[in-house]
Amino acid sequence: MKRIARSSLQTAVNLVFFAIIGTAILSATYYLTRDTIAATVEKAKLKLVSQLLPPSSYDNDIMQDIHTVAADEMLGTDEATQAHIARRDGQPVAVVLEAVAPDGYSGKIALIMAIHPDGSLGGVRVVNHNETPGLGDYIDIAKHDWIKTFDGRSRTLFKDEMWKVRKDGGMFDYMAGATVTPRAVIKAVNRALQYFEAHRDELFIADAQPAKGARK
Amino acid sequence: MTLTEMKDIAYNGLWKQNPGLVQLLGLCPLLAVSNTLVNAVSLGLATTLVMTLSSATVAPVRSYVPNEIRIPVFVLIIAVLVTVVQYLMNAYLYGLYIVLGIFVPLIVTNCIVLARAESFASKNPVLPSAFDGMMMGLGLTAVLAVLGGLREIVGKGTLLSGIDLLFGEQAKAWVIPVIPDYHGFLLAILPPGAFIGLGLIIAAKNWLDLRASKKVSSTPASETLPEAAQG
Repeated sequence: MKRIARSSLQTAVNLVFFAIIGTAILSATYYLTRDTIAATVEKAKLKLVSQLLPPSSYDNDIMQDIHTVAADEMLGTDEATQAHIARRDGQPVAVVLEAVAPDGYSGKIALIMAIHPDGSLGGVRVVNHNETPGLGDYIDIAKHDWIKTFDGRSRTLFKDEMWKVRKDGGMFDYMAGATVTPRAVIKAVNRALQYFEAHRDELFIADAQPAKGARK
Repeated sequence: MTLTEMKDIAYNGLWKQNPGLVQLLGLCPLLAVSNTLVNAVSLGLATTLVMTLSSATVAPVRSYVPNEIRIPVFVLIIAVLVTVVQYLMNAYLYGLYIVLGIFVPLIVTNCIVLARAESFASKNPVLPSAFDGMMMGLGLTAVLAVLGGLREIVGKGTLLSGIDLLFGEQAKAWVIPVIPDYHGFLLAILPPGAFIGLGLIIAAKNWLDLRASKKVSSTPASETLPEAAQG
């Protein structure tokens, strides 16, 4: 009995030993790559933003000028996101907002969009989606220019009934065989614009203290 | 490690015991990510790297690991290595990291990695183990490359699409339009295309083996039949 207990203890100690070494290696790698990862993620985001807003149109550090947006049904988000504010000579030029279309053909479609103070869209891009390759994935700028039809649109010029695909009597083109995807994107953009209308003034006020460490 | 040993290990990994075609282990990434050549080869190489490192790590510690807890320890080692690779990809190959997404962490659950740690590295010295891991990984990469290339040509009519994720914007020009003005064949890109493609490749391998065994009909053909999948 004693012998069994001892060998069990030895085995446990052995396992703990390996776990500690593993944890040490992981922590070291994490700390060594953390800054590079944060920089890469930020660079990728900035590159995306530059497709929505020409970098010459603003002169502030858009990555630091942040307004934290609480999770909101109108944005489809279930956790807080960060809106980036673009300014020129201190005047707001646009806000870069994240939104989620919850009802894509295969799950959520993550969107990012730039909205000017007058409520018009600088542009929309799909950040992440699982739509069927070759069918619904034309919402992705890498596959098709469809998403550019949002450029310059606003709810002041186009009323609710226009924010639909042509098949439903709206103004947006779609591709045969895949209407669920554009419907979801259009609905999400329209709702995000409504959210913007309701929160316009507060969205352009930056957080008092810039949040530490960019959220992924 | 003698030259014959090395030859044996290489032959086993690349052909006779090929993880993708004979052992049929690690099919989850094989089927999911092999929709383009670039994705397939990238995940294949990431897996190869993990397998080489994991076998090389398991081999030297094998005598210190009590038999009862060898599986948890091996899984722990593999998980640590995969996470390290994942951090590195996130930091230095961000575009690819986004594309391969969940399949990088899933290398942990790829049973071929554990299978080699358990069946080879836990019984052999460091060098042959590392070499075995590498050859098994390359065997898998080769299958992934053929399958990815096939699916991309049939599905999209191109080769090397997405190469810009590895080498930056200028690499977009490297994409080869194999069939110009091709409208795409969705089945090849979706998961069923992977099953059909893999089936055809396995059939081709068995046909080659059979033909080879007939040529040398003087020797018994027992070796050429694929051994049963193990896990």
